[in-house]
Amino acid sequence: MKHTLAVLVENRSGVLTRVAGLFSRRGYNIESLAVGVTEDLSVSRMTIVVEGDDNVLEQVTKQLNKLIDVIKVSDIGNDEAVERELALIKVTADVNTRAEIIQIANIFRARIVDVAPKSMTVEVTGDEAKLQAIEKLLRQFGIKEMVRTGKIALSRGPKKV
Amino acid sequence: MKTGSTEKVTGAKALIKCLEQEHVDTLFGYPGGALLPIYDELYDSDLRHILVRHEQAAAHAADGYARVTGKTGVCIATSGPGATNLVTGIATAYMDSVPIVALTGQVPSSMIGNDAFQEANITGITQPITKHNYLVQDANELPRVVKEAFHIASTGRQGPVLIDLPKDITTSEIEFYYPEKVELRGYKPTYKGNLQQIKRAAEEITKAERPVIYAGGGIINSNASAELVQFAEALMAPVATTLMGIGAIPTEHFLNVGMLGMHGSKYANYAIQESDLIIAVGARFDDRVTGKLESFAPNAKIVHIDIDPAEISKNIPVHIPIVGDAKQILKMLIKYVKRCKSEPWLAKIKEWKKEFPLTYKKDSKVIQPQFVIEKISEICKDAILVTEVGQHQMWAAQFFKYSEPRTFLTSGGLGTMGYGYPAALGAKVGRPEKLVVDISGDGSFQMNSQELATAVQNEIPVVAVILNNGYLGMVRQWQELFFDRRYSYTDISGSVDFVKLAEAYGALGLRAERPSEVGPAIEAAIKSERPAVVDVRVECEANVSPMVPAGAAINEILDLEEN
Ligand SMILES: Cc1ncc(C[n+]2csc(CCOP(=O)(O)OP(=O)(O)O)c2C)c(N)n1
Ligand SMILES: [Mg+2]
Repeated sequence: MKHTLAVLVENRSGVLTRVAGLFSRRGYNIESLAVGVTEDLSVSRMTIVVEGDDNVLEQVTKQLNKLIDVIKVSDIGNDEAVERELALIKVTADVNTRAEIIQIANIFRARIVDVAPKSMTVEVTGDEAKLQAIEKLLRQFGIKEMVRTGKIALSRGPKKV
Repeated sequence: MKTGSTEKVTGAKALIKCLEQEHVDTLFGYPGGALLPIYDELYDSDLRHILVRHEQAAAHAADGYARVTGKTGVCIATSGPGATNLVTGIATAYMDSVPIVALTGQVPSSMIGNDAFQEANITGITQPITKHNYLVQDANELPRVVKEAFHIASTGRQGPVLIDLPKDITTSEIEFYYPEKVELRGYKPTYKGNLQQIKRAAEEITKAERPVIYAGGGIINSNASAELVQFAEALMAPVATTLMGIGAIPTEHFLNVGMLGMHGSKYANYAIQESDLIIAVGARFDDRVTGKLESFAPNAKIVHIDIDPAEISKNIPVHIPIVGDAKQILKMLIKYVKRCKSEPWLAKIKEWKKEFPLTYKKDSKVIQPQFVIEKISEICKDAILVTEVGQHQMWAAQFFKYSEPRTFLTSGGLGTMGYGYPAALGAKVGRPEKLVVDISGDGSFQMNSQELATAVQNEIPVVAVILNNGYLGMVRQWQELFFDRRYSYTDISGSVDFVKLAEAYGALGLRAERPSEVGPAIEAAIKSERPAVVDVRVECEANVSPMVPAGAAINEILDLEEN
């Protein structure tokens, strides 16, 4: 099972290595990790997607909490959170396929951010299912390169983590 | 100087002032280029500096000092190889939750990351073996960092903290101000146990008919020995201790069933296996204790008291967890529990004790290693015992009669050979009024025997008793049992003449070759009030017994002693 953790950490050098080191050392699998500063400049927020059962999740959470630079760890349940990820997908394109690619992009509310004689780059935002769906559709044209940010998430409603 | 006022000083001077503010009286260390400014300050300082002969020993000595005093031990080493030499000592302290602060020199800030001469990324290297570590990037931060380091090391689940000090940080000038408080929003250890949980636990405990208290090193760290004994007596429940928990309850106490686990007593292991309720206090269900997890204490509910929430249900599912300080929680529990109906249970344990005592072969010609420990126990009643790692360590755990906490020091978690002698030096510095004995093996002693020079130069009269069996005995024992007696590279006989080695360093060297010589040699060593080594030639192929093979259930016990 996948869990999405929101981890508030001190915005200091070395914190990312501490967190990443903890995961590898204890054998937990990070599916994705996204990090950036928050509304408070002294705090960064990591969104970590981790694979494992409830026991693993409990251990991960407790071990993270033991790190001095970790301020707070919250499990963001999938259904009550807004989850987004951004992907840039460079697709092989020529005069024959360009229109169809634009059409697909439109359906997914994705944007064409770069066009060249033999390629197009699509920017798409959404949850994991959406990203997977568009990737699958674009594959027929040939994906030259793809980059994803990793998931970020906020719980719905006024509640903060 | 009073906190609150400021004064302009160099980083090196500021460091000394910080240490004074933390009531540090002793440092164990070894100098080098990156530390020159700090050592220059130490030259005029009132701090005692014990010059070791290898940085590993500085870390172990700080650890030994911390374990006997309960204070935070401090060690210091230069950049690069000095710092990496500390690693084993830091890891040892980490595994056993010992509060030490390790200071390391570092190349100047401007050179970090350039593979400069004697540069090592020691904060990176020690990340998995410290509770926290710092690379000081601005001299003005130094006082705050030191304050935090001592706070983190000594509170919550204790452990080592490292501070890496680039050389330029120690030479630049700052306005010295020592903060009064630490503010760490990510670090708030829990001390007080949850009252609801305590009441729930008390209820379960009172219902138990076959309770066992499983006491670990956390009791010693939290100074909760008196409460542990009171608690056990209130319930009338037997107490099994881990290797780290030795000393938490006197060996001779009627409720003590000794050590459990791989080389634990049969009766401790049987008690655990037949128990209906285990109260684990400051213990972490290590594999050397539990054996095969699936068969550990099959009929018992488990109450687990620990200051580290991450230990709860890590290896074994726990029914009632209580997170907090052992001393406080035991005090509360004592108020709520009633005596268990444990008479038949205690009677059964008494029978087991009679039926399966810890014994060994009695021999009037060849010195049995267990006999040596019994002799030491007789002669050195209130001594602090420090051990190395191997068979001698287990015999020291099994056959010495302990009466107080903080008198048995051993590398339990990491199992570091070479820990004992330097840790014993640290222990003696911390408690000079106590007799300190290092129970050593001929293999382990050679891992830090250079520290004889430290003992002699600093006049630290520790007695090292080497149970010299000519083997890396513990490994040989496993080879004997599980590898068809193929003694692959475990014969170390004829390594060195330990008597001459001691003498070469200016220490006293003595030897015992017959049982009758053991007592007198040890007595002479103590009487000399000098650093001394007693080379005791023991039975070469004696085994530690009983033994639960790795991975077996803890009631699947091998008997190895020949009576
Ligand atoms: C630094 C280190 N290296 C290797 C080991 C593995 N090991 C455990 S016990 C042991 C033998 C110890 O020999 P000795 O000190 O003579 O003690 P004995 O078992 O003979 O009493 C060894 C090699 C260890 N624990 N620590
Ligand atoms: Mg040996």
